[in-house]
Amino acid sequence: MTQTTTTASPASPAKKEPHPALHASGTTLTGAEILWEVLVREGVDTVFGYPGGAIMPAYDAMARYPIHHVLTRHEQGASHMADGYARASGGVGVCIATSGPGATNLVTGIATAMLDSIPMVCITGQVPSPFIGTDAFQETDIQGVTIPITKHNYLVTDPKDLARVLKEAFYVARSGRPGPVVVDVTKDAQQKSATFEWNDEPVKLRGYRPEHTPLSSELEKARELIDAAERPVILAGHGIIKGQATGLLLEFVRKTDIPVAQTLLGLGGFPASHERALGMMGMHGEAWVNQAIQDADLLIALGMRFDDRVTGKLESYAPKAKKIHVELDPAEIDKNVKADVPIVGDVREVLGSLLPAVKERKRSAWVTHIDGLRSESAERDIQTHSGEAHLYAAHVIGDLYRLTEGKATVVTDVGQHQMWEAQYYKHERPRSLLTSGGLGTMGFALPAAIGARFARPNDETWVIAGDGGFQMTACELSVCAQENLNLNIAIVNNGFLGMVRQWQELFYEKRYVATPIGAPDFVLLAQAHGLEGIRVTKRSEVEAAVQHARSVSHTVLIDFRVEPEEVVYPMVPSGKRLDEMIRRPRLSPATDPHDSVAPPAMTKTDKD
Amino acid sequence: MTETKQRRTFVVHVEDEPGVLNRVASLFRRRAYNIDSLNVARTHEKGVSRMTIVCMAGASEARRIEANLYKLVDVLRVDEVTDTATVEHVLCLVKVGVDEARRPEVLQILDVFGARTLDLSPCSLVTELTGAVDVIDRFLAVLAPFGILEVAQTGAVAMSRDAERPQLRAAEPCKGSSAHAA
Repeated sequence: MTQTTTTASPASPAKKEPHPALHASGTTLTGAEILWEVLVREGVDTVFGYPGGAIMPAYDAMARYPIHHVLTRHEQGASHMADGYARASGGVGVCIATSGPGATNLVTGIATAMLDSIPMVCITGQVPSPFIGTDAFQETDIQGVTIPITKHNYLVTDPKDLARVLKEAFYVARSGRPGPVVVDVTKDAQQKSATFEWNDEPVKLRGYRPEHTPLSSELEKARELIDAAERPVILAGHGIIKGQATGLLLEFVRKTDIPVAQTLLGLGGFPASHERALGMMGMHGEAWVNQAIQDADLLIALGMRFDDRVTGKLESYAPKAKKIHVELDPAEIDKNVKADVPIVGDVREVLGSLLPAVKERKRSAWVTHIDGLRSESAERDIQTHSGEAHLYAAHVIGDLYRLTEGKATVVTDVGQHQMWEAQYYKHERPRSLLTSGGLGTMGFALPAAIGARFARPNDETWVIAGDGGFQMTACELSVCAQENLNLNIAIVNNGFLGMVRQWQELFYEKRYVATPIGAPDFVLLAQAHGLEGIRVTKRSEVEAAVQHARSVSHTVLIDFRVEPEEVVYPMVPSGKRLDEMIRRPRLSPATDPHDSVAPPAMTKTDKD
Repeated sequence: MTETKQRRTFVVHVEDEPGVLNRVASLFRRRAYNIDSLNVARTHEKGVSRMTIVCMAGASEARRIEANLYKLVDVLRVDEVTDTATVEHVLCLVKVGVDEARRPEVLQILDVFGARTLDLSPCSLVTELTGAVDVIDRFLAVLAPFGILEVAQTGAVAMSRDAERPQLRAAEPCKGSSAHAA
């Protein structure tokens, strides 16, 4: 198990020789120049953006600095690209836009980054400071707009503040629980000159305390609970990946023999092939994972926040389990699930303290119990069915996993395909799945994958998107062409907004209101952009198309025409107990599930 | 999680920067914490403002309010003073519609409460009372029969009775674990 995250931090502060384009501290520079002086010093070499009136001085100065600017087709694409860049690299992603509509178009991407704790710095132009508050052309109070969806934000009206503010912005974005920071810079602050002042001292903000030291008394309580637990489950979240704690978690599991369930954003933080890896928990988690959580006597939550998609009905969540909650953000403690032992601190530090203290032991009876649950589920798994006559989305994703040997970086959109990806693409390494978990932003995949390509150009990268979400940001295909990107795009095309259609099927008596969705011919769309498009309608065609896409160095879009009315199983309906799952009807090998559809019954899998 | 809510007072020291009040108010609105009163003004220390926020919250919610406030970069220090020894006062201006005939009665009441008379006209007077919120409530109830024309109140401001100076930097903000255990 190697942790690629430790080496790939292109946006962490550069320590090497200063670039010849840079000026020494004390030089008089324009605000626009100061902006790039700081960005280059912060290690930024790629920014995603779209120019406009209020940001033009910054764009004009950019040409004099070693910065690759990726021109997006919509500012939402810029914020998702910066996000994808940050998720893939572990560093800070940077996007840039003009005032007014340029800035407001960033908003969805900023909110996406906020809910998934992604470090990002968003630079926006603002009308000249004398015009602020006058409803000037393209004026929006973007600072006011983004207060609830940023970790922090700034308005800069004087070039002398710019270096300090930008340095703070990078520090705040990447430290502690990361998040997006907006820096709004008036046009006159870009144009006017000031003395550029820079030093390598660490940022000091007296009101900002990103680090927390775990209390030794709580660590000791946790150790006691862990040693005594007979049926413990680790709930591994995004914090494992952000805290680079995969190696320690592997050691911890080897010593304690505790099975690991993962959140959607935690996938990749613990290798899926590990014998104690359970898979994803929650609304579309596998039945054995949710059942194990409900049966557990101890939950060890590591860097996760008990989202409602993870817990189901709170009152009946893991009723027999004590809960240890390890979390960097104290505001998450007791927010949804009451912790018996709250530990506020960095997951890696906490695991490092617990590892030598916990007892080495086997938990064979518990593991055997979970294996029993697993084999029951396997009978229902669509992957056990050949389905040659049809094209099932789950098969497409399972085949993609097999053909890429699980080594690709996969960027998903939001919806059914996202859940199938989480179930059937087994992630072995951190940062190999990039997905919008918290906000659930459709349209995320293509631009985020473009960002990821710039962060990790040597990775095989696949977009998996539905036909609905893909159309939201399909304009960014132009970026793939303009930047000559090697990106593979799999559109899971079922002609529906599939997840909403699924809810309509299950909870709205099949009234398919506003979910049948038309689409352009995606193959022609790819070709219109100068890219390659392939259509796949049968499972027998999947392998050739995927292998072709992998073999060429340009962007290939594959339009997988899948079954229109498939359902993601299992499913915990919203507000239900975690083990009240709607299960896939058992498959008989001779029949196709679509020929033998029994209406899915609400099956209780617990023993009462 | 439903828990019993009670009136709680937070003293919050913040950077004296534009927009800080907006950030704090936005946090309370976004997390659906209901503010009873909020008072903000500069302190004797340059660059530091002080807020007194009164809201209804349960114990666990109060701890999260504190934790969420600390997540704001401009927040320097948060003290929940609900259960500590503090003085907590509201300033209240009341205009009472009272003529010469009943004025002596009203002045007597003002005297009992220790209220000051700021202005007097033939048909009204303006009085000022500073005191705890329950005293102000009683004061208004007693004046009501005379005909209150206007009331202007500040939010509560609070101060602990100990002899310490609030430490504004590098304090360990996270009482998450210990506060929780208590």
